[in-house]
Amino acid sequence: MRETIRVTTLSQALEAKREHPDSLPIAGGTDLMVELNFRTRRPEQLLDLNPVAELRGFTVVDGMLRLGAGLTHTQIVHELAGRAPALAQAARTVGSPQIRNRGTIGGNLATASPAGDLLPPLIACDATVELASARGTRRIPVAEFCTGPKRSVLDPDELIVSLELPLAAGPQEFSKVGTRNAMVIAVCSLCVALDPRARSVAAAIGSAAPTVRRAPEAEQFAAAELDWDGASPLDARVAARFGELVAAAASPIDDVRGTAAYRRHALSVLAARALAWTWSARCA
Amino acid sequence: MRLKLTVNGDEREVDGVWEADSLLTVLREQLALPGSKNACEQGECGSCSVYLDDELVCSCLVLATQAEGRRVVTVEGIATAAGLHPIQQAFIDSGAVQCGFCTPGLIVAVHDLLARISNPSDTQIREALAGNICRCTGYEKILDAVRVVAWQRADGAA
Repeated sequence: MRETIRVTTLSQALEAKREHPDSLPIAGGTDLMVELNFRTRRPEQLLDLNPVAELRGFTVVDGMLRLGAGLTHTQIVHELAGRAPALAQAARTVGSPQIRNRGTIGGNLATASPAGDLLPPLIACDATVELASARGTRRIPVAEFCTGPKRSVLDPDELIVSLELPLAAGPQEFSKVGTRNAMVIAVCSLCVALDPRARSVAAAIGSAAPTVRRAPEAEQFAAAELDWDGASPLDARVAARFGELVAAAASPIDDVRGTAAYRRHALSVLAARALAWTWSARCA
Repeated sequence: MRLKLTVNGDEREVDGVWEADSLLTVLREQLALPGSKNACEQGECGSCSVYLDDELVCSCLVLATQAEGRRVVTVEGIATAAGLHPIQQAFIDSGAVQCGFCTPGLIVAVHDLLARISNPSDTQIREALAGNICRCTGYEKILDAVRVVAWQRADGAA
């Protein structure tokens, strides 16, 4: 490796990326440093994004959360638990305190892993991502960012600048299956979010398809079955059917972390529970 | 390249840092601070835990050049001139040290936990130490050591 490109502003970073499209951006480094330590990736240049102030922090404007790409998982856990509960729950399941202190939301998206823990909440909440280059800026749904495992629509000269999602409109839950409560890559994961005013249900599945995806049939089924006018408890048959439809929306594979059949089964259990938890929170 | 940073309160300059080196490599190989251990090099074990600007991090996952101008505290900076830090003494007294390899990382992680939460619950201790792996003790003695320090502090002894 020849050098680390040093920048302090976003415009300098975009200019550096235009001049050196092969340079590898590094923020928290929790994924990238593993590849450098094991020499599985040998970039000519790294672009250090840590000093770029524009990528830090978050703002709330008109009911929308704008999260800088450099926001760490720890900051999400501590500062967004009320405003984006599923995102904060997901961030809390990432790695360990050491990893959460360094790893960023922009990095979690850039890695484009189907097991990226922040992706199900972002996609369930219809989040968008701002991609910038020296050519200009575009904003796309997070659901359209990943095109396959470790593949995305990010152009070589682009950087992830921010993410935007609405403040939680109702109860949300993130669930994840793994062998421990910490330090695990999800075997499968699920986010369920209710919007009582719109009478809608969102469900996004992680680690059970080439990219994180929604379960539209399950969402429509639950939205039609829930007693939005009253507060009737969730019918166990509705919860079970919702679970089946979520599982049917996945296309998991057998791998070292679990089998496809186990992932489908686990998703159906997670979905039935998450619908019950969110619905009882809505009725409370 | 040359790196300037503050380590355990001292301003240090390091020449000949390779661009892809981790902070851990620089601490161990160039700053003669072998307390932070090199085991997994992928953030799984926590034995390289240090503070970077007051935040607990795995030094194997910090690019050394990202530490330019920043403050690093390693396990060597936890002990005082007067002797062991009370956390270190509690580890010894509680039998929380067996082979000792994970101990430096755990000392820094416990230091960070108790700075944030002075009287942590068992659940909080387990969550805070989830990134530090020990293959000897079964963790119970480590939990004992954390509780001992918290009690000592509540009594004003530490």
